[in-house]
Amino acid sequence: MAAAKKSKVVSYTKWGYIFLIPFFLVYILFQVIPLISTIYNSFFENYLTGLTQVGPNFVGLSNYAELFKTGDLLKYTGNTMVLWIVGFIPQILVSLLLGVWFADSGCKLKAEGFFKTVIYMPNLIMASAMAMLFFTIFSNTGPVNQILASVGAIPSIDDPYVFLAHTGSTVALVGTMNFLMWFGNTTILLMAGIMGIDTSLFEAAAVDGATGTQTFFQITMPLLKPIFVYVLLTSLIGGIQMFDIPQILTDGEGSPNRTTMTLIMYLNKHLYSKNYGMGGALSVMLFIVTTILSLIIYRITVTPEEY
Amino acid sequence: MKKIKSIVALALVLTMSLAMWGCGGKSSSAPATSNGGDSSAKTSSGGDEAPAEINATDDGTVLNIYCWNEEFQSRFADYYPGYTAGKDTSTGTLKNDLGEFTVNWVITPSADNAYQNKLDEVLPGNADASADDKVDIFLIEADYALKYVNSDVTLDVKGLGLTDDDLSQMYPYTKTVGTNTADGTLRAVSWQATPGLFAYRRSIAKDVLGTDDPAEVQSKLSSWDDFDAVAAQAKDKGYYMLSGYDDAYRTFSNSVSSKWTTDDDTINIDDNLWTWVDQTKTYTDKGYNHKTSLWSDDWTKDQGPDGKVFGFFYSTWGINFTLLGNSLADPDGKQEVGNGIYGDYAVCEGPAAYYWGGTWICGAAGTDNKSLVCDVMRVLTCDQATAKKITEDTQDYTNNMAAMEEIANSDFKSDFLGGQNHIALFVAAAPNIDISNMGPYDQGLNESFQAAMKDYFDGNASKDDATAAFYKSALEKYPNLKQPS
Repeated sequence: MAAAKKSKVVSYTKWGYIFLIPFFLVYILFQVIPLISTIYNSFFENYLTGLTQVGPNFVGLSNYAELFKTGDLLKYTGNTMVLWIVGFIPQILVSLLLGVWFADSGCKLKAEGFFKTVIYMPNLIMASAMAMLFFTIFSNTGPVNQILASVGAIPSIDDPYVFLAHTGSTVALVGTMNFLMWFGNTTILLMAGIMGIDTSLFEAAAVDGATGTQTFFQITMPLLKPIFVYVLLTSLIGGIQMFDIPQILTDGEGSPNRTTMTLIMYLNKHLYSKNYGMGGALSVMLFIVTTILSLIIYRITVTPEEY
Repeated sequence: MKKIKSIVALALVLTMSLAMWGCGGKSSSAPATSNGGDSSAKTSSGGDEAPAEINATDDGTVLNIYCWNEEFQSRFADYYPGYTAGKDTSTGTLKNDLGEFTVNWVITPSADNAYQNKLDEVLPGNADASADDKVDIFLIEADYALKYVNSDVTLDVKGLGLTDDDLSQMYPYTKTVGTNTADGTLRAVSWQATPGLFAYRRSIAKDVLGTDDPAEVQSKLSSWDDFDAVAAQAKDKGYYMLSGYDDAYRTFSNSVSSKWTTDDDTINIDDNLWTWVDQTKTYTDKGYNHKTSLWSDDWTKDQGPDGKVFGFFYSTWGINFTLLGNSLADPDGKQEVGNGIYGDYAVCEGPAAYYWGGTWICGAAGTDNKSLVCDVMRVLTCDQATAKKITEDTQDYTNNMAAMEEIANSDFKSDFLGGQNHIALFVAAAPNIDISNMGPYDQGLNESFQAAMKDYFDGNASKDDATAAFYKSALEKYPNLKQPS
């Protein structure tokens, strides 16, 4: 009976699987295999000194022990998080505001398309180019120091404020760049989320006499949550992998005194000697940290359905 | 989104590098003739031993040269006969008795170790690379020379065909640098010797010291105590003695009395380096320097028309290649008095004898242009007439004792240095070069040390913290080294 039924109804299931094959091929080739080989490599001593190859020798967990011995891992994780948060907070606030304005037909913004394009523009610039630009603008004899000197904020251009010699200003610069580069992207995502909310809800709120603030917190935010979580998660994962901007701005040193060194910059340090063992161990830790942070955020923000 | 961008970027990079490979392949289809020239005919009469057996052949038509800037390229273009540069500067053609060749320049800047990474990627498999991609010549710098001359990726130059007679006029230290420490064979030759001097601004010296005469300025800068005293005077007049933290570094680091590492691979910081740290800290705190970093834009600007820096420690190549370029107001304009501060610099020995840098030419194991590589080395590094001409034209200091003596004793003068014969000073300084404490880790450790101490100078770390940061960075670079307990 079952066989007869099968022959009568055309099944399209196999096409689903066939269309999934390319994704899984790419995923296995570029994600799963590298992941496994990274974990495998992390158990070996394997590096170059000069042109001489040392290893690979199996050393068990000693790469991990080495990694934790100095406590640097925690410090660099902290640095990375600080750099991310400093950029992310203004980014999400500005994006929310812009998203609400753009999506609100009551605002009657003129040239909306133009502004959407403009705020997205910085994202098209390569991060490294952005970092070099900032490096030049904020250099000792750069325009910012010249302006500071001319308004009297510093005694003279000969005694400049060395931006990259202070942790605060370096963090602020990295945060500003990340903010500038990503707020346009976030705005567009949030705006799409807001526009997906049924307009009758906003109209009902207006009829009931809700203020703008009330509408935002009682209607927009709760219904925007799925998109909001998505933005938070992707930004967090991107933040953990932060590399190019601080790397170029501080010339790979995480100056001053490694207070702006991110995890990936630290990873890059081990590539000087092609140290696959330590690099692998660090990458595995990074993988674990990313997973844990993602799970925490997911738990906090996605509470069980309550409405 | 970031992921997509990075994938797109990666794809672009791959496409671009593929395109480059493509170009390389195409240019190699240039007309090829057999190597008619007999290299032994050109060998000078001093050939006293049979060339050692080496891993090189003579059937290539593409000469691939790996280097990190345009310095050697311009020497090659100007002084190696038969070379015509192509439309874009990365290729050219060469026609001489040895045949007709396409020359490819693969230039990778040294920043972030990129140049060495490139070499390390291609050199070990060079013998098996396709004929047109084989590296024939690559250049190395003093700081990491031992890494390459002590490995089998470089060829014995005598095996290539150079003779003791060819090499006789080179400064002995340049040969020591290029010698494989295990078997004593010479693996790299240089066209320059690099004694260091102190290049100062004549106008500023006049203002501060009342004279710009090199001999009188030297008498006021002959020791570090004198140097410090002049620094204070310069500060009072509104000048800086030095530009950045690392300016004086080489005068200390290249006259150390012990190596960077001991025999059991423990890192050792020489007392001379601590002297540099203390001096630079004092200079920074007292405002004697401009807080720049070596090779940064601010540092470069300090050497130009708007600079307020008394002087710079520079060796030979730094004066004619770097300082001259930076001194011009219009970098593309004619190099003459009136363009920027051309003519306002002069040189003196300064408080300490030292050397800095230098470029060596290596033949890559697996080359398929053995005779040509040998001929390039002979013409550019051994030939007295070429050496003399290079110095006269470019003011570079070449690695030929006889030629340099000749110029030192002539009425040669450098317009850039306000009419001074700086070659005479170099001839006096060159024999003092001592490279006995050179080691394979010099470059990485020097860079880490300078970077770590910068935080101390800036006041962001104590001396102990900065030292700890140095060890951390050093062990990341060289996991086989040990921190002293």
